[in-house]
Amino acid sequence: MRVGVVTFPGTLDDRDAARAVVAAGGQAISLWHNDADLKSVDAVVLPGGFSYGDYLRCGAISRFAPVMKSIINRAEGGMPLLGICNGFQVLCEAHLLPGALTRNHELHFLCRDQVIKIENNNSSWTLNYEIGQEILIPLKNGEGSFQCDDATLAQLEGQNRIIARYVGENPNGSRNLIAGITNARGNIVGLMPHPEHAIDPLTGPSSDGLAFFTSVLKAAVNS
Amino acid sequence: MAKIVVEVMLKPEILDPQGKAVASALPRLGFTFATSVRQGKRFEIEVAGDPTPAQLAEVEKAAGTLLANPVIENYTVKVEK
Repeated sequence: MRVGVVTFPGTLDDRDAARAVVAAGGQAISLWHNDADLKSVDAVVLPGGFSYGDYLRCGAISRFAPVMKSIINRAEGGMPLLGICNGFQVLCEAHLLPGALTRNHELHFLCRDQVIKIENNNSSWTLNYEIGQEILIPLKNGEGSFQCDDATLAQLEGQNRIIARYVGENPNGSRNLIAGITNARGNIVGLMPHPEHAIDPLTGPSSDGLAFFTSVLKAAVNS
Repeated sequence: MAKIVVEVMLKPEILDPQGKAVASALPRLGFTFATSVRQGKRFEIEVAGDPTPAQLAEVEKAAGTLLANPVIENYTVKVEK
């Protein structure tokens, strides 16, 4: 399976995302922000970082990159798409996911290992988790506070579209402790913490993040 | 020359941690007037000559597409001499 990993100017985590795809058994394909060609990939990861220097708002400019037009088109047709951290911000700016990510409520940039609880294992990226499973993966962001209006929040909760929640104290002020959400179809997932940094104990706090990447391979086999 | 000014503010219901930090810094400096501070962005846009209604309509569109995120922000467009 070919999984595209996008590099924008200022992207940081594209190599780790590609490494996670390979560790899961997939083929990682580099995609360039300025090239609309998706190179026949079956899924796409928008990795973390500071695309376009976070100018204007995080993800606001990346959303209009040529590669995004192709990605939005394919994702609306059902292609699995995972946005991690800055990638999540891009997905919200592109209106592929509702809400927005705003400045952490205590204003500090956070970088720590965080326990999150998986709440939905129907999405293309969480099939290999158990509901209620607690996993430990790094969280590192300055603008990770998930915000949306009450109606959107009720809809996300009612449609079981919360992928994962923070366990323990709310790290960034996200509504309802939301760490990640999915679209109604379950192919598009945005996640603030970083599963790609936790795929083996040598380089991360655990290998708990790997199942995001094995899940999408399984989703491809099932479809 | 006239400028087109776009001002962007977080919607009132969205938490503004930066504004809160400013509000709590003011009394430390002896400024006790503020009961609340909200922080926003201001864009000054120049066009050749005075802005036309068509240009203002375009700026309005750009403001709702790029300059502001309508999910969390409100914006205003006006002309300043």
